[in-house]
Amino acid sequence: MGLENTLLESLPEVLTVKLDAVINWARKSSLWPATFGLACCAIEMMNTVSSRNDLSRFGAETFRASPRQADVMIVSGRVSRKMAPVLRRIYDQMPEPKWVISMGACATSGGVFDNYAIVQGVDKIVPVDVYIPGCPPRPEMLVHAITMLQDKIMKESTRDRRDTFEPESRVSIVPGTLPVTEGTALEKETEVEVAQNEVSRPYTVPARHEKRRTS
Amino acid sequence: MADTASLHQFVEKLKAENAAWVEDVIDAFGEVSVVVPRESIVDVCGTLKEKHGFDLLADLCGADRGPEEDPRFVVNYHLFSTRHYNRLRLKVRVSEDDAKIHTVSHIWRTADWHERETYDLFGVVFENHPDLRRILLPSDFDGHALRKDYPLRGYEPYSMS
Repeated sequence: MGLENTLLESLPEVLTVKLDAVINWARKSSLWPATFGLACCAIEMMNTVSSRNDLSRFGAETFRASPRQADVMIVSGRVSRKMAPVLRRIYDQMPEPKWVISMGACATSGGVFDNYAIVQGVDKIVPVDVYIPGCPPRPEMLVHAITMLQDKIMKESTRDRRDTFEPESRVSIVPGTLPVTEGTALEKETEVEVAQNEVSRPYTVPARHEKRRTS
Repeated sequence: MADTASLHQFVEKLKAENAAWVEDVIDAFGEVSVVVPRESIVDVCGTLKEKHGFDLLADLCGADRGPEEDPRFVVNYHLFSTRHYNRLRLKVRVSEDDAKIHTVSHIWRTADWHERETYDLFGVVFENHPDLRRILLPSDFDGHALRKDYPLRGYEPYSMS
């Protein structure tokens, strides 16, 4: 992250194609998941990590218990309303770059539980990169999702992940609130973009690397 | 079916202590349930535990008979004895306007969390409970979820604000 900032501040006109390729290759090849195994999908996640479907051959070598050391959060299982602020707090504690995989029908959309207690889709709380359907999804499906996420990471650009001009990172964000602070250049930019394109925004939270900047 | 005569002797013993304690007896499917008035539940539970050996409270749960019924809520106490392996059920009928029962958590400690669950999901208040607060639903949840007039999907979709 610091590399991207200094590079792009000092050389704003330079395209960073080769650098992107190297950085993205490094990031995708060592995606360390933070387990958020909540319910039954966690058992399939354990299966994926075990020797029959081995996830560490794709770089997910260690499942870090601490979110501070993790890259991707695999939300596996139903998220109850009581658990939702905890989920958001763990997501906030992960350092950038971070991605989220929502594993299973309950994390994607509430699954079979269409009731007062379960959040109908974890993308109402955290921005999700890959959704996996299934109840539970087979381990091969989780492996496929990790490879899909790796393809997505390869297409990223380092220009997306540079910090905003506002000292956003220094403003303490209350856990459970969206990461976009009021009145930043980023928010104005996205508002202008939305007004120009007249795209109806879905009710999900875009990740930092998904807000395309015009440069 | 099963022989309920041994359970009826406990009912007779309760009646012998105080006839007002036993409002009604239900004998069905090999199980005996005693309907106890609300004021005497603590005495009944104490007697059954001390003198008759019902030392395990297997479950304490509530039931909502529907908003049109009066009394609306029923609190069930499932007692089990590890000495003579008998099961007995006590029922207390509570109306909606005055949904209060005295706690039995000083008799069986497990009643603590079960009463918290009944309060959380039905709204029945247990007097002199050491720590009566929600246990399953979030603490800022509005309403009591297992009542018959609470909608299945709840009222508002989840949002972070």
